[in-house]
Amino acid sequence: MSLGFNVFARAFSGGAGHAASRHWSAQRLTAIVLVPLAIWFLVALLTLPDLAYATVHAWVARPLSATLLCLLVVFLFWHSRLGVQVVIEDYVHHPLALAITVHLSTLLHLLAGGAALLAILRIALGNA
Amino acid sequence: MPRPLSPHIFIYRFGYTMSLSILHRFTGLTLSLGFILLGAWLTMLSLGESHYQWLTSGTMGLVLRVGLALWLVAFLYHLANGLRHLFWDAGLGLERAQARRSAMIVLVTVAIAALLLLYAFWVPR
Repeated sequence: MSLGFNVFARAFSGGAGHAASRHWSAQRLTAIVLVPLAIWFLVALLTLPDLAYATVHAWVARPLSATLLCLLVVFLFWHSRLGVQVVIEDYVHHPLALAITVHLSTLLHLLAGGAALLAILRIALGNA
Repeated sequence: MPRPLSPHIFIYRFGYTMSLSILHRFTGLTLSLGFILLGAWLTMLSLGESHYQWLTSGTMGLVLRVGLALWLVAFLYHLANGLRHLFWDAGLGLERAQARRSAMIVLVTVAIAALLLLYAFWVPR
């Protein structure tokens, strides 16, 4: 494993910080964590008796679902941001346009992820 | 510092396994949009019943339902093909015949799982 990462570090990064190989590892690591988390989310939603306000609200308020939902949001945020960045890098070549689109994507991810976390906490911690 | 980019697809002779790779990107981007939807959905849920009603009923509700169905299929595909990628990253299944076989496994699994889940999703509970 360590041999593999050394090869990637040497081949992919320009040297400083090995940012590219860290990006690569982080995308795989978040993917592995998301496999059980995302399956849990799907199964939990499908096994709820309905998706009406009271049912879903009570489900999110439960400590276990709130905790796992927070984890899901954090890992989805990270995995999605990294993935979108790779796609942008493949198609946007102008340096300034590249920087703007990548930062715009990060901003949108922060907004969605932040709103999701805040909402979960508000629901789980009572009617704040 | 310039990062390595994916070699451009027109360089290669087209093989059907390539469409799986393209689909992986496409479903990934779709799911990223779904992440925004997840944030909106949870926010409306936290704001109270009237907000949640607005998001989940009427025209919005219909859009949400169709979006959710598409998102479900995209998720199943991204999950199945993502596992395939993780095996490749571990150095497994990289032979051409193996990659073709795993491609078929992914497509068949996703098709069956999608039909079953969409049925479970749409049937009134």
